[in-house]
Amino acid sequence: MKVLVTAKRVVDANVSIRVQSDNSGVDLNNVKMAVNPFDEIAIEEAVRLREAGSAEEVVVVSIGITNCQEQIRTALALGADRGIFVEADGDLQPLAVAKILKAIVDKESPGIIILGKQAIDGDNSQTGPMLAALAGLSQATFASELTIEDGKAVVTREIDGGMETISVPLPAVITTDLRLNEPRYASLPNIMKAKKKPVDSYTPEELGVDVAPRLTTLKVEPPSERAAGVIVETAEELIDKLKNEAKVIE
Amino acid sequence: MSSLVIAEHNNESIKAATLVTVAAAKAIGGDVTVLVAGADCGAAADAAAKIEGVDKVLLADNAVYAHMTAENVAALIAEIGKDYSHILAPTTTAGKNYLPRAAALLDVAQISDISGVVSEDTFQRPIYAGSAVATVQSADPIKVLTVRGTAFDAVAAEGGSATVESVDTVTDTGLAEWLKDEIAKLERPELTAANVIISGGRGMQDGENFKLLEAVADKLGAAVGASRAAVDAGYAPNDLQVGQTGKIVAPELYIAVGISGAIQHLAGMKDSKVIVAINKDADAPIFQVADYGLVADLFKALPEVDELLG
Repeated sequence: MKVLVTAKRVVDANVSIRVQSDNSGVDLNNVKMAVNPFDEIAIEEAVRLREAGSAEEVVVVSIGITNCQEQIRTALALGADRGIFVEADGDLQPLAVAKILKAIVDKESPGIIILGKQAIDGDNSQTGPMLAALAGLSQATFASELTIEDGKAVVTREIDGGMETISVPLPAVITTDLRLNEPRYASLPNIMKAKKKPVDSYTPEELGVDVAPRLTTLKVEPPSERAAGVIVETAEELIDKLKNEAKVIE
Repeated sequence: MSSLVIAEHNNESIKAATLVTVAAAKAIGGDVTVLVAGADCGAAADAAAKIEGVDKVLLADNAVYAHMTAENVAALIAEIGKDYSHILAPTTTAGKNYLPRAAALLDVAQISDISGVVSEDTFQRPIYAGSAVATVQSADPIKVLTVRGTAFDAVAAEGGSATVESVDTVTDTGLAEWLKDEIAKLERPELTAANVIISGGRGMQDGENFKLLEAVADKLGAAVGASRAAVDAGYAPNDLQVGQTGKIVAPELYIAVGISGAIQHLAGMKDSKVIVAINKDADAPIFQVADYGLVADLFKALPEVDELLG
């Protein structure tokens, strides 16, 4: 079985982003970029499936500007076998990304597709279910446990208030939640080996996909700030303020 | 203009997130239809008909919609929804599961987690864990939206008198099979519905120490939450997580204990009305958003607070 995973290039999770002064977007100049953390979990899960003998090959896709190849190399260093880079400039929205991934699924026929449940830049949480819809496949989102058996994936999903376990026929689209696994770090020998692994490149045109945006971002603003509060000295003072000033407890 | 709101329910009653979603639909304008899909959910449809401002309720009562299985529910929404200008669902784990699938079936974009309605085609939404707010305009004929549970004032659950119509269409994809649920038995209010929340972070040092929070929570009738750091460290289960990757909450009072205030946590709670921070590190970023800060060792402060509350 072949596993297809994604590696979106996003601003590193530890960077505090700044809104551009003309409100056109977020300032990405000289900002550290990384693989979307939820995609890292997807890559780790795919590599574990191969290590456990449930899969033979892990193929990683990244879509976007030329520099996205860095994220493919990271994924290859983490254990993916082969990369696919789809070069596309401009505002790539989830529906367009799902269409590109659908074209790659048609080409590669993976047995399972694992993606992050959301990317930490747009926080959209759409691409996995959209890909599943376009490819006519089953979906198991927010996975915290994945087992492959008899042509099916048994997935425990994080839902409001607890967990749900479902069984989906393969191929299927899985999206990862935090507790699925803890991704490994890439070792230096593996980083060196990753440089020699093959990466194919495509354009959306070559894949026959229209990536024209459906949404226009009119402006991006900083969120409204909260007014500075006060520091109280004791627990007594705190309870007094909550009762008599804020009036939020009785 | 006409909106289709996908209800979240437990077969008997309608969940609060749906009332917020109806409020967003009212802010857009036009008629509001609520779709109640599920198995044996007639009582929920009757409850939906009483929601203030709802014009019509569609009831899709069939075994194939049990547990809101994404494949079947999305196909139903795509089928029914093509006659509406807007399709809305709450930003819950259920809404986030079936709605993007329905949008793709309709070949339209989704705008996730809207926090404001600017006009019928333009919406505000948080990005980068709430570090920025984007204003986004849709060129698609149908606007598919998930609605942030804290961003609109819920409409009243009573006062409406909509008609209930049954939907005959049955969309069975035969794809996924539901096996089981493990829903935590809550002794306290649910995070997204609580008026008061007390959350613990890495500073709690141990899952056992959450008992200190629980004691205070019980006196305040509060829900207990946790930061991602506390969940990652195994102190608390993931369904208590407040933040970008957990629950988004906006209670009247939010008490953050031993939480440093990482962006990802602030994203989930900074719209709370009153924020209290208890942390021994005076430089912790949580104090920048707190209305009341207490710089103290939580292991000393929490028992004191508990005592003071009687």
